[in-house]
Amino acid sequence: MKKYLMLIFIIFAVMACGEDKKESSSANSETEKLAQKFGLTIFEYENGIGPIKEKIELGQMDMIKAKRGEKIFTEKCTQCHKLDERYTGPALRDVTSRRTPEFILNQILNPEEMIKRHPEVKKLLATYPTQMTFQNVSVDDAKAILEYFRSVNQ
Amino acid sequence: MKYNKLIFSFLALGVVSGIIYNCSGSGSSGDFSDAANKVYVAPGSYDEFYAFMSGGFSGQVAVYGLPSGRMLKEISVFSQDPETGYGYSEESKAMLMTSYGFIPWDDAHHPSLSMTNGEQDGRWLFINGNNTPRIARIDLHSFETVEIIETPNSAGNHASPFVTENTEYVVASTRFSIPIQNKDVPISSYKENFNGTVSFISVDKNSGKMNLAFQILVPGFNYDIARPGKGPSHGWAFFTSYNSERANSMLEINASQNDKDFIAAVNWKKAEEYVKQGKAKTMDGEYYRNYYDEDKQTAFSEINNKVLVLNPKDCPGMVYYLPTPKSPHGVDVDPTGEYIVAGGKLATVIPVHSFSKMQKAIEEKQFDGEIDGIPILKYDAVIAGEVQDPGLGPLHTEFDGEGYGYTSAFISSEIVKWKIGTWEVVDRIPTYYSIGHLMIPGGDTKKPLGKYVVALNKITKDRYLPTGPELTQSAQLIDITGDKMKLLLDFPTTGEPHYAQAISADILMKNSKRIYELEKNQNPHAVKSEKDTRVVRNGNEVRIYMTASRSHFKPDNIEGVKVGDKVYFHVTNLEQDWDIPHGFVVKGLNNSELLIMPGQTKTIVWEPKIVGIYPFYCTDFCSALHQEMSGYIRVSPAVSNVQISYNK
Repeated sequence: MKKYLMLIFIIFAVMACGEDKKESSSANSETEKLAQKFGLTIFEYENGIGPIKEKIELGQMDMIKAKRGEKIFTEKCTQCHKLDERYTGPALRDVTSRRTPEFILNQILNPEEMIKRHPEVKKLLATYPTQMTFQNVSVDDAKAILEYFRSVNQ
Repeated sequence: MKYNKLIFSFLALGVVSGIIYNCSGSGSSGDFSDAANKVYVAPGSYDEFYAFMSGGFSGQVAVYGLPSGRMLKEISVFSQDPETGYGYSEESKAMLMTSYGFIPWDDAHHPSLSMTNGEQDGRWLFINGNNTPRIARIDLHSFETVEIIETPNSAGNHASPFVTENTEYVVASTRFSIPIQNKDVPISSYKENFNGTVSFISVDKNSGKMNLAFQILVPGFNYDIARPGKGPSHGWAFFTSYNSERANSMLEINASQNDKDFIAAVNWKKAEEYVKQGKAKTMDGEYYRNYYDEDKQTAFSEINNKVLVLNPKDCPGMVYYLPTPKSPHGVDVDPTGEYIVAGGKLATVIPVHSFSKMQKAIEEKQFDGEIDGIPILKYDAVIAGEVQDPGLGPLHTEFDGEGYGYTSAFISSEIVKWKIGTWEVVDRIPTYYSIGHLMIPGGDTKKPLGKYVVALNKITKDRYLPTGPELTQSAQLIDITGDKMKLLLDFPTTGEPHYAQAISADILMKNSKRIYELEKNQNPHAVKSEKDTRVVRNGNEVRIYMTASRSHFKPDNIEGVKVGDKVYFHVTNLEQDWDIPHGFVVKGLNNSELLIMPGQTKTIVWEPKIVGIYPFYCTDFCSALHQEMSGYIRVSPAVSNVQISYNK
């Protein structure tokens, strides 16, 4: 029996070697530990997993872009999300206070992997059991939606 | 002690199951452990080939993976499909319209993949409807039927829809001769009044749109199977015929009198020239072309009334007859395009004609008379060789690209492998039972992919667990990589698998559509956002514009519908990710369900007859809260004052 346990241990050890291990040494060690625990980089832990891989500059509020974002949000998201009430998914008026912009974009653009790998998103499943899916939006569309979220959270 | 007992029980079970295993059907003896490795596709792994098998009398096409024999999808083609709503939904009904009205079924025989330069290009799959002559085109991005064209002046659309080298045409012909144009005559006037036609349906090289380019009037034989030429014989098409006796009753005896019948060799490039020169007669003949507009997500019918018909009497050099023993069924052209192989189902040999000898014989006018303006070439002047001892009832031949032909023999239930050029049989393998067509991936193209031959069998008898009087039909996968053919796998098929085609998975899987983009959805009844959902009454017509997303319908409480109303459910699936269809049904719906893919809008009509509350729900398990995806409609008496209302 011990032999098997050993074997299992070795398998896990080998698997763990496959995980991404890049971390900056200057990072907060608490966050670093958590990220490592979930097999994520610190960036991924803080900003989500997906096509957005570095911090983005948020400029002045762009109301034209926000308007476009509202339209996309209405057509592609409102069947599950409202601003002020819990629906299929969480209410989103204050989402920009709760999540980083990169996290929001990655959640819109790569929900399947976020649900599988990110501990914060996994937690949501207990409250909102219907898993979020990709709604066929471009990075540009997602940024417009983000702008809309910024505009409603003032 | 207890432990030992357990081990003993397992051993005993093993022995018993071994005994049961050994009681299985015939042909199961022998070591298949090697075969198991060759057909095993591990969980989560993909098959190497897509195979498209005709569903025969199911009217559909089934998609399988090879080598596993796993069924992946059934494509609705000629038959209504209550699972998807095909042929029931308002958007799809037009696909099954014909000049005889709405027809919910047909007999689908020969799937044919589109080609470019004689090789599979993975764009479309064509298949014939044999009973009410039609040809369907399936788009291989969506794996859905997108067009069905009827062929007028035809009956028994069997020699169809074989594809020319660059998909210039798909061909068709009459297995049953009839008066052209059809009319009320005594059946005994067959010889005077009945004719056949061969048809060339052009395919637009960009859109795939089919168009009946021209027909050729031919003597009243039964034109059975066809193959266009390739390489040097590109520009020609070959049609077998039986019943050169022109019998109209008890064909099994009366059409089996002559030692030889004919292959009609049609020079379609010449026919094109004659059409250009105005030699074709314009005949009346109503036929439908139905097409699915993917943006409007709706099928439309176009009714045509005229067809161009060429008569060989006016068009010398367009059609020749190659005498061929005896009541030939299949005709297949080898990868080089030189050899034309006939399956003379009552013949004792497989005759192989030579295209180059045929050209020479035409030049030298080596004729043995003519029928209705069609010269008969001398058998000895066109024959390249005969395969001796090919099994009983040879039907169809496919090629491996390594210099061999593989012919199915129906009566002796076997596949016979023979060498092109020497015509000697080099191997044979039994099939279980009564093989019709056979299929090698790409085995009808210029570049066969080889590897396997699939036997498509008519009878299974003792091969599977019995299921009452109706037994499954089956396919058998045979390894052809070695000198000896080796049986690998049996698997059941839906309906009767006539012909099949297989294509490398690499070509198709990268193009497979995942969703219908909501932005492109131009269905006039689409609702692209929950805020636009509504219920509209116009007289006794009620239109419910509804959305579906996990895990609710909007609206989900509807009142004001009355007995006698005609209710249209226009349901749009707002999902935009792969593999999230929603289903829609309402209690008492005298119609099919709707299965709606992401981004699609479909409509089903309901005419409620009894007052009460009617639940509706999603049938396709879509999410953790799928069971919650439901709603109610209140149906009030015809005379009630309940106004239309709904929640948003």
